[in-house]
Amino acid sequence: MPEHDVLIIGAGLAGQRAALAAARSGVSVAIMSKVHPVRSHSVAAAGGINAAISVSDDWRSHAYDTVKGSDFLGDQDAIEVMCREAPDEVMHLEHIGVTFHRNATGELDLRAFGGASINRTAYVADITGQAILHVLYEQLMKHSATVERYEEWFTTSLIVRDGACAGVVARDIRTGRMETFTAKSVILACGGAGQCFKPTTNALICTADGMAQAYRAGAPLMDMEMIQYHPTTLAENGFLITEGARGEGAQLLNKDGERFMSKSAPNKMELASRDVVSRAEQTEINEGRGVGPGGDGVYLDITVVPRKRTLEALREIVNIGKDFAGVDITREPIIIRPGQHYIMGGVKTDIHGQTPITGLYAAGEVACVSVHGGNRLGANSLLDTLIFGRRAGEHAAERALSTPPPVVSDAALRADARTIEQISSRPRTGRRVSEIKDELGITMNQHCAVFRDANGLTEAGETVRRLKEEASHAYIDDRGTVFNQDILGALELGHMLEVAETIVAAAIERKESRGAQFRTDFPQRNDTEWLKHIDVTSGEGGEPELSYSPVTITQWQPEERKY
Amino acid sequence: MPEFRLRLRRFDPESGQPPYWDEHTIELDPHRSVLEAILQAKGRFDGSIGIRCSCRAAICGSCGVRINGQPGLACHTHLDAALARATDGVIEVEPMGNMPVIKDLIVDMDAVHWKKIRNITPWLLGREPVPEREYIVDREAMVDVTQSMACIQCGACVSDCLAMEVDPEFTGPAALAKSYRFVGDPRDAEPYERLRFLAEDPHGMYTCTHCFKCVDACPKGVNPMGQIMRLRRIASADHDIEDRNNGYRHEHAFVANIRRNGLLHEADLLPDSYGGKFHPRAVPELLSSLPVVIRGLLRRKITPRKVLLHPHKASKALRAIFDQVASEPKRYELNLYVSGDDQDDEPVGAVTEGATK
Repeated sequence: MPEHDVLIIGAGLAGQRAALAAARSGVSVAIMSKVHPVRSHSVAAAGGINAAISVSDDWRSHAYDTVKGSDFLGDQDAIEVMCREAPDEVMHLEHIGVTFHRNATGELDLRAFGGASINRTAYVADITGQAILHVLYEQLMKHSATVERYEEWFTTSLIVRDGACAGVVARDIRTGRMETFTAKSVILACGGAGQCFKPTTNALICTADGMAQAYRAGAPLMDMEMIQYHPTTLAENGFLITEGARGEGAQLLNKDGERFMSKSAPNKMELASRDVVSRAEQTEINEGRGVGPGGDGVYLDITVVPRKRTLEALREIVNIGKDFAGVDITREPIIIRPGQHYIMGGVKTDIHGQTPITGLYAAGEVACVSVHGGNRLGANSLLDTLIFGRRAGEHAAERALSTPPPVVSDAALRADARTIEQISSRPRTGRRVSEIKDELGITMNQHCAVFRDANGLTEAGETVRRLKEEASHAYIDDRGTVFNQDILGALELGHMLEVAETIVAAAIERKESRGAQFRTDFPQRNDTEWLKHIDVTSGEGGEPELSYSPVTITQWQPEERKY
Repeated sequence: MPEFRLRLRRFDPESGQPPYWDEHTIELDPHRSVLEAILQAKGRFDGSIGIRCSCRAAICGSCGVRINGQPGLACHTHLDAALARATDGVIEVEPMGNMPVIKDLIVDMDAVHWKKIRNITPWLLGREPVPEREYIVDREAMVDVTQSMACIQCGACVSDCLAMEVDPEFTGPAALAKSYRFVGDPRDAEPYERLRFLAEDPHGMYTCTHCFKCVDACPKGVNPMGQIMRLRRIASADHDIEDRNNGYRHEHAFVANIRRNGLLHEADLLPDSYGGKFHPRAVPELLSSLPVVIRGLLRRKITPRKVLLHPHKASKALRAIFDQVASEPKRYELNLYVSGDDQDDEPVGAVTEGATK
């Protein structure tokens, strides 16, 4: 039974940053990931990372932009922490080797991004997430003596004893061997839940594992109804076109060639917050002013950006346009539409990453502190993962110094092994896992997207419950032990259905429109009744139970949100 | 909906059976990717098909495979493009080469690819003193280094590296491109040490045979071979590193040979690479290549006249080109990541600085 002081599940930006931070205290640290760390979905983050590093900027301005961007659902104490610590974090990244682009005088260049009142986004072309993730992995290789890596191990469940988290059960994907890992503190950094939606910009690995396992272990999930639809995803296949394009000056046009953002955001135009832009696009599409074969997209015109600049700073989307849409974005507009991208909700934590379960932490997209509230600003997620990854790592390491090693039996391992055995031996009379997953994704994208109403959400809820039942009989083909991806797919489907149920429940409960949640039956924001978080916990019979928690307000009183 | 025949190389390590071919017919539009085809086969017919995949958008680097003999990312290869290369109307997918196969299309990258990466000190050794804020660095230098930072560690270059096939100890294109990421980064304190290490390693940067396979394989425009050549140029021109593998001497001999003769005079190249015809280093090499020389003479592929005399001489115009380039203060390097390999009306590229010698 491997023992560690701090065990981190998930090796994206939050997980890797937590590991490096925890290791500095000299405690024993391990990081576990179901894929090789550099395959984590943080690698796809493109546009940049926000920080008030410019001498003409102030972290309070960044904090206010974030609070406003969150539609006043964000917890302002957490937002203050994140924005205040951002400049030091970006400099730290620079010192360990992130290849940030420079301006003409050799300092960090800062580009414009959505919802920001001043340019404050540091970047590496349009591969910022990749650059930071790879540099963090370089550091993990450097510190391999102090951080143990379990690469391609799948966590099957959290172990909670006497109300405290004591470790996890995990499967070595390569050999099929199951193992119990004990730890004084466990940090979940497993990412988001995008695969609950089809299409999504998210990778196939974003299957809500951490959220579901924390939920099953008794931790509350918060703000689950807040699902971000990114304004610019390729109409073809849902691939992400970075906000950085709009930051460089790209424009959104409807069928008639007009810049329709002037109607809903006359000031910030294309760089309003993402929920505002997505709703504006969807409105154009719904009202018949869309473009493309089905009229279900709008134009993103990058030809207005100087060609040399596009090739240097937006290289990835030049490639995406060419390879996946057959378009040279420097010469013609590309057709995009809103697509599921991020979940603001997640496992509820405080500003140190602690969940209400002793010894269980969460950081990154899996967590909800909340810094993003009802809507996340672009380039704030990279920041969120690093700040709270670091804080969770430091706090967990500190805690480990005064915590005795937990003692754990193999009961959880035997239970998980039985579950896997049961999945493997199901008869071929049910549906296939992939079919159920597709139906889930299509349903969620239909009823839980940019515009929602009670009827659609209720129908979604019923579908999800039916799919949960079907999933318990879904059969798999692979009976082997080496790299059995079939079993993992079945386990992941269970996670997605569990979390989808909480998303729908929260969306039905919030009878107002705020941030990313827009209810056509309750189109106004209602601060009097709804300026609060919705928490979901797993009830006695496994049903979602809802409660509320207050929003922390420090400096900024809610006001009308205009861009 | 159009149909495509997909043939996958399968291997079940637990069966005790050798690898075999597994064919499926899938229905997809021609511009969809080979990965989507494989996932359709996996979802509809056989969930035991093993392939690493995640982002589907050519950024995570998981799905490196060989498709109809060509290494690359499955998510990045369109079905119609793959079919165009097929010899029998079937899209054939095999695991990457040069790495042990674990199962089906999944290879052990840790044993080869990552092992070589770990060997080149793959983290920044920041110059002291570390500034309070950012290092002040030339804008163009950071754009230049972005090219090797763009590497997603997919392994496609390692898969088909010919030099590595012959010499499995060869550092290889991925690790060498990664080395440039540090050597080219003005904030790194140890470019000389890094270059010395790569130059002196008998399986290091001079083992590359300049075959272009890695340039072809790379889905991101990293141009690993180009990075290797840059490392050699920097080692030679900027640091004068004379390595025990004769890499430095060979490059200088090559250039001097063509500048003198206009065409490559092969007979001189070998001894000059070792320091000259009667140099102690050259003599054992010349002796050991006697059998080849004799065979060549007997078959009249070479004649004593051609070997001992120099039938060609470089024109003044040719030598002027060499002198012109040598006198340029800057070295211009192609940045394939930025400029792309498209046919452009106005070529765009990033410039790096370096002395020319």
